[in-house]
Amino acid sequence: MIAELGLALLWIAAALACLSLIAGALFLRAGPKDLASLVRPASVAQGVLTAVAFALLIALFVRSDMSVELVARNSNSLKPMIFKVAGAWGNHEGSMLLWLTILGLSGALVALFEKRLREDTLIATLTAQAALSLGFFAFLLFSSNPFNRLPVAPPDGQGLNPLLQDIGLAFHPPTLYVGYVGLSVAFSFAVGALVTREIGPAFARAMRPWVLGSWIFLTLGITAGSYWAYYELGWGGWWFWDPVENVSLIPWLAGAALLHSVAVTATRNALRAWTVMLAVIGFSMSMVGTFIVRSGLLTSVHSFAVDPERGTFLLVLMALYIGGALTLFAIRAGTVAEGKKFALVSREGSLVINNLLLTTILALVLLGTLYPIVAEAMGEKISVGPPYYNRVAGPLALILCLVMVAGPLLAWRKDDGRKLWSRLPPAIFAGAAVLFALVLFGGKIGILPLLGMSVAGVVAVASLAPLWNRNLRRTPLPTWGMVLAHFGVAVALAGMAAESAFIKERLVAAAPGETVRVADFAVRFDGVRPVAGPNYTALEGSLTATTPGGASFVLKPESRMFPGLMGTAPTETNEAALLTRPGGQLYAVLGQPVPGTNGTPDRYQLRLWWKPLVWWIWLGGGLIALGAALALIGRAQLLAIWRVRRARKAEERFAP
Amino acid sequence: MKNRWVLFVPLAIMGLLFGAFIYRLTVPAETLIQSQWIDKPMPLFDLPPATEGVEGLKSSDLADGRPRLVNVFASWCIPCRAEAPQLEALKQAGVPIDGIAIRDRPEDVAQFLREYGNPFDRIGSDMQSSVQIALGSSGVPETFLVDGKGIIREQIQGVILADQVPEIVAKLEAME
Repeated sequence: MIAELGLALLWIAAALACLSLIAGALFLRAGPKDLASLVRPASVAQGVLTAVAFALLIALFVRSDMSVELVARNSNSLKPMIFKVAGAWGNHEGSMLLWLTILGLSGALVALFEKRLREDTLIATLTAQAALSLGFFAFLLFSSNPFNRLPVAPPDGQGLNPLLQDIGLAFHPPTLYVGYVGLSVAFSFAVGALVTREIGPAFARAMRPWVLGSWIFLTLGITAGSYWAYYELGWGGWWFWDPVENVSLIPWLAGAALLHSVAVTATRNALRAWTVMLAVIGFSMSMVGTFIVRSGLLTSVHSFAVDPERGTFLLVLMALYIGGALTLFAIRAGTVAEGKKFALVSREGSLVINNLLLTTILALVLLGTLYPIVAEAMGEKISVGPPYYNRVAGPLALILCLVMVAGPLLAWRKDDGRKLWSRLPPAIFAGAAVLFALVLFGGKIGILPLLGMSVAGVVAVASLAPLWNRNLRRTPLPTWGMVLAHFGVAVALAGMAAESAFIKERLVAAAPGETVRVADFAVRFDGVRPVAGPNYTALEGSLTATTPGGASFVLKPESRMFPGLMGTAPTETNEAALLTRPGGQLYAVLGQPVPGTNGTPDRYQLRLWWKPLVWWIWLGGGLIALGAALALIGRAQLLAIWRVRRARKAEERFAP
Repeated sequence: MKNRWVLFVPLAIMGLLFGAFIYRLTVPAETLIQSQWIDKPMPLFDLPPATEGVEGLKSSDLADGRPRLVNVFASWCIPCRAEAPQLEALKQAGVPIDGIAIRDRPEDVAQFLREYGNPFDRIGSDMQSSVQIALGSSGVPETFLVDGKGIIREQIQGVILADQVPEIVAKLEAME
């Protein structure tokens, strides 16, 4: 019954999206005014119904209802409960339903809470959001029905990919989806503003919390995904420039650019057309990214098997949305009045440079990701690897960080360059100190890591500069947020640079009792023992790491074996063991047994890394997200104050 | 705004992107990557013997006028064991076969030859996979069909199957 109810709710929600779209479109073409009053409630109802349908899908996974095809293919009654729940979105159909749920709920939130925007712009926004939903509803209902029943229920399900059975990963896709879909609201606002030609501070202020919110989730999602790849894949790296990582980075870059340009539009009413275009690009890149990953267009660990029919469907859908929005932009943006003027040395000027750099990095990453496809169309086979990205994006990112130093210290509209210089000496001193220390004591370091650590020193000090000579208790929350986020960039940058400059690696075949040295640690291999988990068996190695100070710690890396369920192939995963110290992390992976001369294994492959400051990377990511969250809360507070004032004014006006 | 055509640039870029997507959807990617050395002379190399009693292999050995197979293998490679009977059958059919052992120890190679037979005239030891990389071979086992002048004519990736044996014999005969 649950599956049928879920499907029915989806159809009703799709019908409501259709209703919003038609009513909104008619109203905007100068139809009857009453039609507009339909759009808000329809949007809210659509969001709620989709969310209920998604909850029903989770219920099916929790109950392990194997008569539903999706559950049988992706779940198993033996799986721990948390992974049964996560299984609901760990597959193509379920993740599309999650996508629609978030899309619907964010539309509902806009309909309920957005009060500052002109009514017709808001209706146009909701109409655009309904159009987006409708396309994805069609995709879900016609070619990816998650509630499909099997004619005969199998005794048990096939299980979830063991690599995905990880608590961090259970929440990685929903987090990224919230980020992607949050950008859809910015996209809809941009379309709405283009339709009604209301591109100005009010539109920017309405869009801003959505951009901030989605960017927080994108930051968290990327940070968590990077940490997952780091400890679960057992390769020891935290970023591989894999197509999937790139397509999550691209919307993040667009979001970062949009975040800063929307501030200019909201505060100074400048950069209007540019902000609108970035809003369109942000969500477009989210869709393109999801499409690339899901359609198997580029090979990666994230691709679900998708048939060509689905790929074509999604491609047509995207072509309509992105093509439509960009055509509208091309026609309308020319009629947008030019915004307020500003000098090059000003807050706006620095944000323009920030935007240009961010979009250039975006374009280069996109080029690198898609180049293999384009090259193959021309009959050449090529793969683009980390050296390309590090070489092109690295220097630009460092310049971007230096612009970040100057931007917050400049005044809006026009500033004096000399005044800026007077606030910089402490930061320059910090950077120079780091540089000298590294050159004198650091040994042989590559130029990029060397510059990275020095720039991190500059940024760390300079990011705090906006707080100097200020009453900290009266400093608005968004300023705190900016300071924290910029400081987080410095922390992450220092972690990345230090890790690549000072990493130590040992790969050995060790017999029990043997001691291996890596960096300052003496690591003794104590042996292995078999262990059994809820749905796997494993070999657990035991290592004792001793620091020069004499403290010792036990690490237990595992090599896990997941049996093949219901005819699927068995899978092996490596659980790395991590020892976090103030100066970095010791990373240990247990590999294959090594057969001795008589054929029985007497040694084991051990891979040991010492990664200096590596956890700063994710700490930095967390700080950036926290900073953005503070800014969001601060904006919400300001909005609340504004509401109270407006209400008071209204009362005064109607007072007898 | 003066240059209104600039506003169409994003749309044009999107058009190009989607063109590439459509191409890729209609022409699925080839996952098999062939060596760049097909129809070119073997790169120069001189490998020491991989184990006692069998000669090493150098590139000049391959241009003695007789078409032959060069088999890239390793004692630690499980599929290579499954391939042994097919190599033996090729040997019986009179095909000269040379081997390149990848990252292997002499005693392990000897053990492998004892257990699964020795169809090889010569076996070179490629400790760092450098010759393998130079040949454009991406794994083990792989087999190259080399003509009498030492020019690589074909690359077979993965295990040679029993039904491929007559085909390979015919191809080598055609090269004479």
